[in-house]
Amino acid sequence: MNLTLRVWRQKDANDPGKMVEYPANNIIPDMSFLEMLDVVNEGLIAKGEDPIAFDSDCREGICGTCSLVINGVAHGGQRGTTACQLHMRFFKDGDTITIEPWRARAFPVLKDLVTDRGAFDRIVQAGGFVSVNTGGTPDGNAIPVGKVESDLAMDAAACIGCGACVAACKNASAMLFVSAKVSHLSLLPQGKVEKNQRVLSMVKQMDKEGFGNCTVTGSCEAVCPKEISLNFIARMNREYGMATLKGADIKGRSGD
Amino acid sequence: MNITNIFNSSVGKKFIMAITGMALFLFVVLHMIGNLQVFLGWEELNRYGAFLQGNIELLWPARIGLLVVVLLHIWSAIKLSAENRAARPVGYANYDPTAASYASRTMLMSGLIILAFIIYHLLHFTVQTKAINFTGRDFVKLEDAKGRHDVFAMMILGFQNPLVSAFYIVAMFLLFLHLSHGIQAMFASLGWKSPGYRSLISRFALIGSWAIFLGYISIPIAVLLGYGSGYLNEHGYLKGVLK
Repeated sequence: MNLTLRVWRQKDANDPGKMVEYPANNIIPDMSFLEMLDVVNEGLIAKGEDPIAFDSDCREGICGTCSLVINGVAHGGQRGTTACQLHMRFFKDGDTITIEPWRARAFPVLKDLVTDRGAFDRIVQAGGFVSVNTGGTPDGNAIPVGKVESDLAMDAAACIGCGACVAACKNASAMLFVSAKVSHLSLLPQGKVEKNQRVLSMVKQMDKEGFGNCTVTGSCEAVCPKEISLNFIARMNREYGMATLKGADIKGRSGD
Repeated sequence: MNITNIFNSSVGKKFIMAITGMALFLFVVLHMIGNLQVFLGWEELNRYGAFLQGNIELLWPARIGLLVVVLLHIWSAIKLSAENRAARPVGYANYDPTAASYASRTMLMSGLIILAFIIYHLLHFTVQTKAINFTGRDFVKLEDAKGRHDVFAMMILGFQNPLVSAFYIVAMFLLFLHLSHGIQAMFASLGWKSPGYRSLISRFALIGSWAIFLGYISIPIAVLLGYGSGYLNEHGYLKGVLK
């Protein structure tokens, strides 16, 4: 396969950046998208040019590190798939492919296609843990968990925190990510205890990071590699509303 | 943290948007039912008009309440939109709004055009500014056989102008777009869109927005097709229009 790539190149956080065209020749259709970029980078290195910087880690679709907007769609548009698990057979010979980084104020570009997603870590820190005192190991079945709740919590916990929801949202909103984190903890008995302060703290941190607001367009759900449902956003809104009505307190856990 | 916090938080502002949106949706339904009485004849519609205008102690609180609701809806829209713009300072060279409906992406635009329509509509039928009804007639002076304000004649005269009716129909189409997304979104924003209700809410939004659209546009269309012109003839209203 021979392709033309239009790639976002940006030296560092202060560089304005621009789109640059590169040919990608002799690409094998069974290569993954990132392997294709590796081939292009080898060519660039051989010519003495700076290779295209992009994030990747496991390349198995489970870690949430890869983060490319391919032809305007986060992770490239194959349902439930990360960019690293997208294969070149998804494209046609002669295609022009646009590759851009996640675009959001809260995810500043560090170099080329690499963004700083520390905002997600700070949201998780703001409320995403359970205060369990250490001690003797509790019996495995001491706390009963319903099958439905356990499955739903697992669905939410499938979120790998890649940030595609933010990248795809027209408002760069992080609601799908935050709602998945809020829900997977509040659905289980261990996390339910602190659910009010957790939802308030995490939403507060989300707002502070400068993400946009949810317009319920459903773009996030459509690009999510783990197919996290929009229902979790409604669930978080409900929890936030209940916590607010009850006058629950953040108790200095907001990260301030 | 207490309830006033909703004015500062993102989720809270969406609550305000949703609650005021729901109030406005209910108003739009009631207003449509009221208007559709035009098809019962002048007697019924003018009685209803006189009833609404008759009790000043209820009329003004209702008007002020509506104004507050509209202002809160607009305030949250401006605030949220400004935050949304700021959240993505550098846009995409190539952006595909995956799965997002046209209506969901144009809520601000449809809302602003509806606002422009509401201002015209209030001047047209509530304040009854003569200059903008394009009939050359003062709507305030219309009186029916029983000495009440002739709302029926005002509606027929008003909608006989094809341009006025066209603007009305376009505005109602935008209201349809706005509601087709807005009704679902308000349930999601308030957290009432649980999996069990998701399909019911989608259907309600679809049927609700279509019913509002068809209900409202049936009036100008009926008038343009000749409904009510016999009544205007009987009362000699048409002579006034001709000169």
